[in-house]
Amino acid sequence: MSTEILADKPRSQTTTADAVARGRVQRAARRRTVVIVLAVLIVLVFALSLMVGRTFYPPADVIGVILGRDVSGATFTVGRLRLPRAVLAVLVGLCFGLGGVTFQTMLRNPLASPDIIGISSGASAAAAFAIVTLSLGAAQVSIFAIVSGLVVALLVYALSYKGGVAGTRLILIGIGIAAMLDSLTNYVLSQAAEWDLQEAMRWLTGSLNGSNWSQVLPVLAALAVLAPVLIGQSRNLTLTQLGDDTAAALGVRVERTRLVVIVTAVGLIAFATAAAGPIAFVAFLSGPIAARIVGPGASLLVPSALVGALLVLVADFTGQFAFGTRYPVGVITGVLGAPYLIYLIVRSNRSGGSL
Amino acid sequence: MTVDHSLAIENLTLGYGDRTVIEGLDLVVPAGRVTAIVGANACGKSTLLRSMSRLLAPRAGHVLLDGKDVHRMPAKQLARTLGLLPQSPIAPEGITVSDLVGRGRHPHQGILSRWSAADDVAVADALDATETAALADRSVDELSGGQRQRVWIAMALAQQTDLLLLDEPTTFLDVSHQIEVLDLLTDLNRSRGTTIVMVLHDLNLAARYSDHLIALASGRIHASGHPADVLTVSTVREVFGLDSRVIVDPTSGKPLMLPIGRHHMHDAAPV
Repeated sequence: MSTEILADKPRSQTTTADAVARGRVQRAARRRTVVIVLAVLIVLVFALSLMVGRTFYPPADVIGVILGRDVSGATFTVGRLRLPRAVLAVLVGLCFGLGGVTFQTMLRNPLASPDIIGISSGASAAAAFAIVTLSLGAAQVSIFAIVSGLVVALLVYALSYKGGVAGTRLILIGIGIAAMLDSLTNYVLSQAAEWDLQEAMRWLTGSLNGSNWSQVLPVLAALAVLAPVLIGQSRNLTLTQLGDDTAAALGVRVERTRLVVIVTAVGLIAFATAAAGPIAFVAFLSGPIAARIVGPGASLLVPSALVGALLVLVADFTGQFAFGTRYPVGVITGVLGAPYLIYLIVRSNRSGGSL
Repeated sequence: MTVDHSLAIENLTLGYGDRTVIEGLDLVVPAGRVTAIVGANACGKSTLLRSMSRLLAPRAGHVLLDGKDVHRMPAKQLARTLGLLPQSPIAPEGITVSDLVGRGRHPHQGILSRWSAADDVAVADALDATETAALADRSVDELSGGQRQRVWIAMALAQQTDLLLLDEPTTFLDVSHQIEVLDLLTDLNRSRGTTIVMVLHDLNLAARYSDHLIALASGRIHASGHPADVLTVSTVREVFGLDSRVIVDPTSGKPLMLPIGRHHMHDAAPV
């Protein structure tokens, strides 16, 4: 059937089509503007975090270092310390933003973020165990983290399955599992031969201290492989928000979409966690912030990834320089996220809210 | 006008877990007509509808669309011919009417192909047909139950399928909105020739609005055919366990069932 007219109102029909097109163009324009503004902000904060520190290096020096020139002082400070740290901040932010909003969209609940329902905790406990107890290298640590993240995802799903998965039950079970896994991380850290506070902070709240290129590479590889797969599923993912039956009736293969999306999202979260620890609440906050600024309806994957990157960059920058003491990034994001978590719980008691 | 598609069910057995809901059911959906399915609660009406649109794989038997098993067809290809509006679809928070209706275009869009002018026209067409164009930029959350149901139907219309299945499209609506929705579906059937299959709770509305009525009881077809032949005192007794009288509806000429109950027998004993 083509697009013939049901009612004999060709004129009104054209004007309706125009209005529909206008609304769609406006939504797309808003989303595009948000993406551009976020990208520009990321570049600005990224540049700032390369220049600012105990010593200030002007843009010319920073660009020189990036181009591989030898700039006295800057080559070490910017090239070895600040650059890998800022790059890792962006990459893990993108991973957390993508992974978080994927779970929130799929489970139709902002509380169902991987850092609330135990997936980040699982990846973190495994990474801490692999590094502190087994002294493994970055690649093996990532594998440990992703396997553990998937196992936790499966466990939470299985425990909350009771002829279908209800969102609230899944979230409560996830919170319980997260608490258990966090105490496991504490135990692993307490058994470490030398108690290293920096390392402990990384696995408990997330930290970018001591970032180096060997941590950056696995995250970069994971993003390059998994993000396109996930973004390729974005339309299917937004359609599953209408309910499984409606999505299936529109031609979405719901089970397959869910499987692909869970594996890729857990992968992103696990790789990022293996590199920087479970940076508190970034996965949880990015999606709702993106939803607020993009407006309803649009796919939130890319905006949320950018919000995640910006959050981590800004929080890390703030943690390093805004106070007398240097705080790890997870402490700052934790301070931002906790009030929002409380707000959501209060609100969801009144109405079953979604993203 | 639409192409007449054949939708037939052969020896279909359906169930969940170890419970069998439908057993060995055969059915041919009349093309270009309105079919209503009625039956007591838990008789398998919704299950049957879900399986017809490939949401539930059969234990045995086939659902055949133009002779091809729907459970083996590519999902999007099926979704261009056969639409389904489930009983309780979920509207994402804050989504606008035109955005939601636009989701119905999914099966017509490729992985890479962007939204086209044809999609805009299809959405506008669906909004106009359901008289929801004035609501296009409103948020679905703000709408009344009747408006919301029209918007969901608009989404199914935007899908532009020649067959449309609806699972209790009038539940939760007050009587005027029920009539409004059923009139709209009748318009759709008459003007576009869309084949409609709907599960309805209300026997009298089912009889009035269908060309073909199917009464389902414990997973089998108890009676099917013209509403006047199906909606009879004996069918109502056997399918619903209810004594009734059936008269001719003075407004439509279709059968009208009057339940008797235990307290309101005025001048007539059960027939």
